[in-house]
Amino acid sequence: MQRNRTARSAVLGLSVRRPASRPFTSRTSSALRRRIVLGLLVLAALVLITISFRESQDGPLHTVQSGVASLLQPLEVAINRVARPFEDAYDWTAGLFGARSEAAKLRRENALLQQQVIQNESALQENVDLKRLLEYASAPSFPADYRPLAAEVLARPASAFEQEIVVSVGSADGVQQNAPVVTREGLVGQVTILNEHASRVRLLTDEQSAVSAVDLRTGAGGIVGHGQAGDALILERVSKKDVIKVGDEIITAGTRAGQLASLFPKGIPIGRVTYVGELDTDLYKQVQIRSDVDFSSLDSVLVLVGRKPAPVLP
Amino acid sequence: MNVNAADSAIVGAIVFVAVLLQATVFASFDVLGGTPDVLLLVLLGVALLRGSVTGALAGFGGGLLLDVITLDTLGLAALILALTGYWVGRYGETTGRARAHAPVVAVVVATILVALIGFFLHFLLGEEVSARRALVEALLAGLGLNLIFGAPVFALVRSLLRPRTGAERAIEVRLLG
Repeated sequence: MQRNRTARSAVLGLSVRRPASRPFTSRTSSALRRRIVLGLLVLAALVLITISFRESQDGPLHTVQSGVASLLQPLEVAINRVARPFEDAYDWTAGLFGARSEAAKLRRENALLQQQVIQNESALQENVDLKRLLEYASAPSFPADYRPLAAEVLARPASAFEQEIVVSVGSADGVQQNAPVVTREGLVGQVTILNEHASRVRLLTDEQSAVSAVDLRTGAGGIVGHGQAGDALILERVSKKDVIKVGDEIITAGTRAGQLASLFPKGIPIGRVTYVGELDTDLYKQVQIRSDVDFSSLDSVLVLVGRKPAPVLP
Repeated sequence: MNVNAADSAIVGAIVFVAVLLQATVFASFDVLGGTPDVLLLVLLGVALLRGSVTGALAGFGGGLLLDVITLDTLGLAALILALTGYWVGRYGETTGRARAHAPVVAVVVATILVALIGFFLHFLLGEEVSARRALVEALLAGLGLNLIFGAPVFALVRSLLRPRTGAERAIEVRLLG
């Protein structure tokens, strides 16, 4: 290591021949060389980026790039072939680790899709039901003094002793007390309890239901009420001299005792006669009716909102 | 001079093989959204062992070759790896000399640097790159993989590059042990 004699010479006061100063030390030239190399490389890279980015795909630089890439392609293919078994082994192993979570994920997706399928099928059926209601409301047989109000069934009978349902319309929608409730298949019942946005409907199969009805063919009249079992209906107080046959259609009479207005407009289908019998000891015929309405699976109904004031019961 | 030429040829060969392996094999080695950057690890080993100039040249050459093979914009990877090779080489020549943790620091800083510069350059070129994907998900997984692969790659690079003379060894960074 060279000794620095400057301080010593100053102390001694002797004139010393100093060696000629070199413009660059080894350390300086090394740093300069580093920076020049880096600068040139950065410049070259920037020039390449600029030309490559601005040049079209068939430009000279891209042509050279494609040519060199083609030359190296056999090497890449060879390496891929050698590495393929190892890649497959890794993928197989990685697949094992992910198989369990993937199976759980697929099970969750499957459950969700099944729910969606059920919802879609339900929506489709609801669509079909509502279309049928619409067709009935537009039909000539629909009571003229009423307008239909579609309602969704919100709740069903909790037990066999309660033949009532709750529907999604109420007084705010124009529903009146004792309003008739129908479907395309026929009479369902009447509104018994009225709330602002929901109503309770007593079904025709309820023991307290009673509807004046007539035979569409012969005009024989009676009162439809609940039968002995299930959804069975009977037509009571049919005179023995009236003619009724099995298969006759029974509709609402629209009147009570011939003169008094009924709560139900005339002409709403109730059901068809399935049995007619009479005993010598009875005053009236025994007539059984089967309704086309499936009271156990009601989804949508039409509540009849009268254009005229509702008749008042005595 | 012959020794330097032979040393340069070995560095070139190592970088060449690393580029091919990175482009064909390790690019598809996906673990938790990230891939190991074997080319970067080889470059770090070369730069720490041979200095900033060699690191910059090796980075430029390896990056340019990678751009050619992947048909990407020429010069993009070359610029990123040249800067990274130079910085790591300077780190090895100065602060990182004779430090046992130098390789780990180099791997961590270089991985993050490459990701940031790469994202910035791709953004400047108008390419749509998800910042979350590139700088969070892929970077974290890639950093972990680089730390795992770093030791064996450094050992391989050290075994391939000729041992230094006494004077040269004085400025060499101890990579392992």
